[in-house]
Amino acid sequence: MSAREPESLAGRRELRRYSRHLLIPEVALAGQERLRAARVLVVGAGGLGSPVLQYLAAAGIGRLGIADDDAVDETNLQRQVLFAESDIGRPKAVAAAERVAALNRFVGIDALQVRVDAANARELVRLYDVVVDATDSFRSRYTLNDACRLEGKPDVYGSIFRFDGQVSVFAPGGPCYRCLFPEAPPEGSVPTCAEGGVLGALAGLVGTWQANEALKLVLGIGSTLAGRLLVIDALDARTREFELAIDPDCPLHGERARIRDVVESEPAAPRDDGIPDIEPGDLDAYLESLPAALVLDVREPHEAALGLAPRALHVPASVLEARLHELDPATPYVVACRVGAKSRWAAQRLHDAGFRRILHLRGGLLAYAVLHESFDFF
Amino acid sequence: MTVRLLAFAGLRDVLGGPKRELSVADGATLADLWAELVRARPQFGPLEGSTRFALNGRLVARDATLAEGDEVALMPPFGGG
Repeated sequence: MSAREPESLAGRRELRRYSRHLLIPEVALAGQERLRAARVLVVGAGGLGSPVLQYLAAAGIGRLGIADDDAVDETNLQRQVLFAESDIGRPKAVAAAERVAALNRFVGIDALQVRVDAANARELVRLYDVVVDATDSFRSRYTLNDACRLEGKPDVYGSIFRFDGQVSVFAPGGPCYRCLFPEAPPEGSVPTCAEGGVLGALAGLVGTWQANEALKLVLGIGSTLAGRLLVIDALDARTREFELAIDPDCPLHGERARIRDVVESEPAAPRDDGIPDIEPGDLDAYLESLPAALVLDVREPHEAALGLAPRALHVPASVLEARLHELDPATPYVVACRVGAKSRWAAQRLHDAGFRRILHLRGGLLAYAVLHESFDFF
Repeated sequence: MTVRLLAFAGLRDVLGGPKRELSVADGATLADLWAELVRARPQFGPLEGSTRFALNGRLVARDATLAEGDEVALMPPFGGG
């Protein structure tokens, strides 16, 4: 693309809004034209997608794809600054597209109410120049990584948990997400933000880094995070950088590359631990039928403050090891946490310690509360 | 010899904090260090396949050998977006 005079008065008017870009020698008119000609796909219109979409739209990216099959939930508003209270219940792709259109009428928007999966990922990715991974599931991250790699598109990666964020660029020819994490963690072994929480402003920090990397990729300026993993520790106000190299065993790289197409990345199934589940809808009847049974609530104290489990013995998972001797293997325990991840591990520990009368509450106390139309455990 | 451990995100809970010093045998590798961690805290066990190690700022394979004072970062994938 070459620098040229804007072809029309309308073009000149449009350019005026980008004045502060035009004043930067590395961007200038030629760069602004590149931004206008660029197509960027943002997958996930959530905590990361919010700042990404805002900055890319404001910067004048010509075509923005917004892929998200979810709807706005009240608990999103703490960090997903693209949405207003009036958006609750609306499809995120639609609400985000409206907001972006209001921000910059010169941006073409593809509101895609789809989950990016093996069936559509390559086709979608092919339509854009740069892809931003702002998703919240490991399955989507591997799918996007593989699709980008196979289609030769850069994947701007960001992820968050509590106070910590990761950012990198998986560029064609460089290391990819599978070089960093070869396999998806077993289901339930890595807590999500819905399980562990996340500081709202951290999503802003990480998403803004992603927007910045995407803009540089389009402009072809500076050095990107390709080959580097940036880790942001918002609690101690520190950033660390880790060198990332191509993994010679990566299934997407080199002569031994095994992945030739995008297939659904199934996370490793949780171990069949032989501990039966109890459905949240059956808990009350179970406790009633068995007066000796207790709910072993393994939530941490700060979570337990959000609501009491029925007939509970509270032993946080973090101290379960030390307090194991307080528990009686003869007592029937229903092991429970908020969403059923930590409790799976705790049930396993009890089982290993010889406890045989244990059940695991599937979906956790949150699912139980939802059934009872209670606002506890949110 | 002693190495300095750093943990991120969910691994902080498992390690019991963001930082810790750990004694390992001379000539120990990252794989040996991991085995030591699993012995001390069984919660580490299922996370083996999804944890990456950075040795003094470089993401490396588990056969890397440790030296006195090394900084070892335990890096899990972060799920949230």
